[in-house]
Amino acid sequence: MIRAGLSALWSHWWRSKLQLMTLLSGLALATALWSGVQAINSEARASYDAAAAVLGEGRFDQLVPGSGESIALATYIKLRRAGWQVSPVVEGEIGLDGTRARIVGVDPLTAPGGSGTSVLTAPPEPQEFLGDGVIFAHPGVAEALTGRVNARVVADPGVAPDTALMDVGVAAQLLERSDLSRLIIAPDQPMGVPALSAVAPDLIRQGAQDGAEVGRLTDSFHLNLTAFGLLAFVVGLFIVHGTIGLAFEQRRGMVRTLRALGMPLKTLVSLLALEMAVFAVIAGGVGVLLGYLIAGALLPDVAATLEGLYGAQISGALRLRPDWWLTGMGIAFAGTVIAASGALWRIARMPLLASPGGRAWAVASGQTRRWLGFAALALALVAASALSLGQGLLLAFAGLGALLMGAALALPALLIGLLAMAEARAHSIRAQWFWADTRQQVPGLSLALMALLLAAAANIGVSTMVSSFRLTFVDFLDQRLASDLYIQAEDERQAAEIEAFLAPAAQEIMPLLYVDTRLADAPAELFGVRVGATYRDNWGFLDGTDDAWQAVAQGEAVVINEQMARRAGLWVGDDLTVAPGLPLPIAGVFGDYGNPVGQAVLSEDVFLRLHPDIRPTRFGIRIADKDEARAALQDFGLKDPQIIDQQVIKDFSLGVFERTFTVTAALNVLTLSVAGFAILTSLLTLAAIRVPQLAPAWAMGLTRADLGRLELLRAVVLAFLTIILAVPLGLMLAWVLLAVVNVEAFGWRLPMFTFPLDYAKLALFGVLAAALAALWPARRLARTPPADLLKVFSNER
Amino acid sequence: MLLEVKNLTKSYAGPDGDTPVLRGVDLSLDQGETLALTGESGSGKSTLLHLISGLDLPGGGEIMLAGKDVARMDDTARAELRRNTVGVIFQQFNLIPSMTVAANIGFHARLAGRPDVAHEAALSEALGLAEHLQKFPEQLSGGQQQRVAIARTLAARPALVLADEPTGNLDEGTAAEVIDQMQALVSQAGSALMMVTHSTALAARMGRQVHLSQGRLA
Repeated sequence: MIRAGLSALWSHWWRSKLQLMTLLSGLALATALWSGVQAINSEARASYDAAAAVLGEGRFDQLVPGSGESIALATYIKLRRAGWQVSPVVEGEIGLDGTRARIVGVDPLTAPGGSGTSVLTAPPEPQEFLGDGVIFAHPGVAEALTGRVNARVVADPGVAPDTALMDVGVAAQLLERSDLSRLIIAPDQPMGVPALSAVAPDLIRQGAQDGAEVGRLTDSFHLNLTAFGLLAFVVGLFIVHGTIGLAFEQRRGMVRTLRALGMPLKTLVSLLALEMAVFAVIAGGVGVLLGYLIAGALLPDVAATLEGLYGAQISGALRLRPDWWLTGMGIAFAGTVIAASGALWRIARMPLLASPGGRAWAVASGQTRRWLGFAALALALVAASALSLGQGLLLAFAGLGALLMGAALALPALLIGLLAMAEARAHSIRAQWFWADTRQQVPGLSLALMALLLAAAANIGVSTMVSSFRLTFVDFLDQRLASDLYIQAEDERQAAEIEAFLAPAAQEIMPLLYVDTRLADAPAELFGVRVGATYRDNWGFLDGTDDAWQAVAQGEAVVINEQMARRAGLWVGDDLTVAPGLPLPIAGVFGDYGNPVGQAVLSEDVFLRLHPDIRPTRFGIRIADKDEARAALQDFGLKDPQIIDQQVIKDFSLGVFERTFTVTAALNVLTLSVAGFAILTSLLTLAAIRVPQLAPAWAMGLTRADLGRLELLRAVVLAFLTIILAVPLGLMLAWVLLAVVNVEAFGWRLPMFTFPLDYAKLALFGVLAAALAALWPARRLARTPPADLLKVFSNER
Repeated sequence: MLLEVKNLTKSYAGPDGDTPVLRGVDLSLDQGETLALTGESGSGKSTLLHLISGLDLPGGGEIMLAGKDVARMDDTARAELRRNTVGVIFQQFNLIPSMTVAANIGFHARLAGRPDVAHEAALSEALGLAEHLQKFPEQLSGGQQQRVAIARTLAARPALVLADEPTGNLDEGTAAEVIDQMQALVSQAGSALMMVTHSTALAARMGRQVHLSQGRLA
């Protein structure tokens, strides 16, 4: 019985291969985009974990310098002698064949368990690590290091990307330094150790969770990617839902026959579920494979984005990780369950003597439309509440999801309304028939059109965000890179000589003083600047007092970036404690796009008073003839790389920016392509039930060629109307991305600009995609044999 | 006795309350017997067939088929009854459109777990379907499709064949031809046949005739 039942069910797909391909490819595409994004996230997280595990970040507290970048060896010895169980770490970067490698030195004898060498695939004995001076490096780095260092280099995929792990002594030698970067604190400390303030008052204890900055910062980026993957998955799901719905409707007659011939309902439903499970496995497998290819293609750009935005290093090569391909298969199953459960439920509840029907799927009743309308309204309310009341990235995405789904559900009713208006204004009978017939097609095409609406809205929303960002960013670069040249001195002595040399010719010399520190309970960068015309004329504020720079120049105020302001809940007029016992009022908040870390800017004098040991080695200069200045500086003895034109920095920054959004642009195009595919598959599957609808028009004098042309026009009209409706939705999406998601994810808000020409191009592209998708079904319709059309009237179908 | 129906009742719920369709039907049928069930539209002929075949449940009464009370069977048992004991030939053929004629003919027998290729071939030959075996139902005429439905039922060798206006969609000449073939094959298989029909001419070809009027046998 089982075999006979399966053969009957399979015979449907065998006879409807196109429908089967639609189902499988829809599910595979949905899974591919989702699992591709998950593969990228999984690879990146593995890289962060590997990097963090070496230093026990996220697990052990650490001691970091209160100011400056290093801890003296003497301080470490003093702490050990006082009984503190701490382990030294030396960190730094070296150049290797045009790239940078992170050098990490640890002490395996004192490192707490779970940090240091324990991350290696095959951890060595401490004696081997110490005595032989062996270096364990990520495969790419190992290759570059071999031959460049005396120590033996072992490639180990367990080491974080672009990183080499070695004994602390070997690292110090390689980095040519004699101090330490940080100290890992063992979780168990002896009783009665003296307080840190008594032994090493310059050091700051950093909690385990505070240290995992990269993970925290990049979470938002990965959430963005996940949201995009989910959107693509939903678009794909629309295809699958439509195809399964149609396939089940078409098999109602078969189901009734099978039951009438004695197949129990439970067995039948189980067989249908089994059939869907098999499809999920096949499509899931293909989807995961496609996802792997997509992720492989996008990963280098994602790596560049993460490095550019957060300084996070991730591997540029993809590994097959069980967690993501299992998740991919899981999502394929979940998608199939979501798409098929309704249809299965209807089959399970169908009375044995029910009419087989067959076109109900494509003819939604007014009641269904009303229900969809109510659901759309409810989702709109959810979206409004989530976006206006809530805080947090997840809530913002939930609001966004509700907004998009609500709009998708409202689409059929909106389209039917617009088409009814067109019908009422039509004069010729042919036009009236065209609009009425188009209206009749909306329920059957609604899932594909919803997919197009979502894809187009996402495209408009994201491109508006990116273009707004680009405009703001270019303006921001002009503001921040106002100096004509930037000079990097070799040391403080040379810096002083350069300053004296330039003083007579330069309009303005701006030394850049900088230290990494903690402000408002978070890691931050503190800058000291010489306030002059350049700052006053070019550095604008998002909000600030009229004389903000004057107050900074006089040492009476500080200005901070938007990230710090939003993260710490500070704004103009509040005080920021820039050093113990030195609170300064905030005179301005400036935009600082692309930087995840908080920044505060002080006057040069105040900075030097707080950090007397730091002298500037970098300068920005304003000068009438920069080519002449460059030549003079070269004569003075500076090498070419020490003199940087601001235009070069701008070009580099814009390059990073463009790569940052390559991934988003690629996902955008993929999602839109999936929507185009949805239209094609819907039209093809609908073609079978179109013949009875079109046969009367043919019988009354329309040629088959006319019918084909009108079918093409119908798809174009529906796609065009859908994209027009997608414009306001896309702009709402852009607003949420810029004003809510961006603030939550990155800590800054961007102004929103609109780009009508871009939207017109998208509409053209969408209409062309719809026309291309409709071309084949229309051609098939135009070539329908008259005998098939005649069957409609002879009751033999 | 193969089939014994006693005091069978059935009503359908409507907007104005329950509408009785069968008001106490008594009927019996022996092994190998043929019976024509006639009556005007809405008299309850199809309903009676549906109840006997276990496609629907009665409101009251008893249907003893091969010694078992169909009215008291659960869903699974009634499915088993349709699989193994009863064969229903529908007016609308109810063939599986995605399977070939050959696969359709053998389908019920395979579902019942007793496929017999030689028997199927013989039925195809007898019903004039041999040259259409690899075609799909939509490629056949109405008369040919009805023959496929008959072959499918007989291939499963049911003890009782129930035919619900099997020639309703056919012209008079074709209908007579199909009924003759069906009767001969049913007799050959030793099955009992109960056929619903409007046609008095076709009814006259059956061994016995009963008339259903307003839910009761006349």
